[in-house]
Amino acid sequence: MNALLIRDLTLAFRAGGGFGLGLAFFLIVTVLVPFSVGPQEALLSTIAPGVLWLGALLACLLSLDRLLALDFEDGTLDLLATAPLPLEAALSVKALAHWITTGLPLVLAAPVLGVLLNLGGDGYAWLVGSLALGTPALSVIGTFGAALTVGIKRGGLLMSLLVLPLYVPTLIFGAEAARRGATGLDPTTPLLMLAGITAGVIALMPFASAAVLRVNLR
Amino acid sequence: MSLWQYANPVKFLSLSERLLPVLWVGAALCLAAGLIWGFFGTPDDYRQGSTVKIIYLHVPSALMAINAWFMMLVASIIWLVRRHHVSALAAKAAAPVGVVMTLIALVTGAIWGQPMWGTWWAWDPRLTSFLILFLFYLGYVALWEAIEDPDTAADLTSVLCLVGSVFAVLSRYAVNFWNQGLHQGASLSLDKEKNVADVFYQPLLLAIAGFVLLFLALVLYRTGTEIRIRRARALRAREVRT
Repeated sequence: MNALLIRDLTLAFRAGGGFGLGLAFFLIVTVLVPFSVGPQEALLSTIAPGVLWLGALLACLLSLDRLLALDFEDGTLDLLATAPLPLEAALSVKALAHWITTGLPLVLAAPVLGVLLNLGGDGYAWLVGSLALGTPALSVIGTFGAALTVGIKRGGLLMSLLVLPLYVPTLIFGAEAARRGATGLDPTTPLLMLAGITAGVIALMPFASAAVLRVNLR
Repeated sequence: MSLWQYANPVKFLSLSERLLPVLWVGAALCLAAGLIWGFFGTPDDYRQGSTVKIIYLHVPSALMAINAWFMMLVASIIWLVRRHHVSALAAKAAAPVGVVMTLIALVTGAIWGQPMWGTWWAWDPRLTSFLILFLFYLGYVALWEAIEDPDTAADLTSVLCLVGSVFAVLSRYAVNFWNQGLHQGASLSLDKEKNVADVFYQPLLLAIAGFVLLFLALVLYRTGTEIRIRRARALRAREVRT
């Protein structure tokens, strides 16, 4: 498992284009928002938590088709499926690698982008907290979407259609926690719900992902 | 004799050919009676005026939109556990019908909401979760269309249906948490003493029965079509080989 994790991370860092691209996308979406809604500071600070959450979600989504597609094409997934390591575990590790290369940088970059959007004073901690709790769920759910569409040529758009509805609960609770934090309300309840969703999908989703991947490798 | 014998496509087709005329006629009768009685035979509501009559389309279609997904879930589980092709094809056949039911519910709701709430759309929990259900339907149908091999498609869509069901329920409660409701409570429920007023109640039940029969007829008919498409494909494949 460690070897697989290290391999995925090394590939992401060295193969070029993978690592950092999600981060750049996140940056550009955030920069585009004031252009589209206008530069009023009050409006920006109201929508900042939601925009940052949506940007993080889209950045996660866009990096998903690299998650399994390349390994599917060169046969690595076939080897993983026949390896003694259960496919569920392999997919969990892949989701973890995706989170480290995509989700974690987003979490760390979010406060900086929050400054650009004039996020309220108390909001930073809650924004980082909610993203840190929520982005693992995005990676794990995304792994399911990637496994589902891995056999389809040009499946990227289809994957978005399949994955985005699955992101709804995570987005609602995550953005709600960040919004409540920014406006000084108590964000504990949505944060707990978000943590529940993350824990639940980490525990259960790999089984569904492995099941559909086995079908696709058949 | 058990229910499972109808997993055999031949038996299923002969049964559905016998059932279909009954279902079509029953659906037509119930719908005609329920809708005509509802539209012309019931009084206007004292606050809502004649707009109340959209209930005869809105409630049954919303009911069937949810139940169609539930039926797909059951059929998907049967396919995953017992590998009956008819079951997978029935789930495939039900999905577009469910899409249309969801659309009818959303559109009639918007038409009713415009004069009553003063808006076509509100981000109310019920409305929002219906929209999410619609997105799930779209994804499900799109996945069926995208995959060539029928067995792979059946497997993948079944798992998607299972996972989607869990997330649809999750979304339903998440949305509840997220915004307060504008939509009134359930029009019909089994555990309440009084639902809608009696004058509206009986034609509504007829309309619901009509929608249920129509759904069954459409699903049986479309499943039969899917089975025949499969057969035609198998025959063509055999011809190519020889």
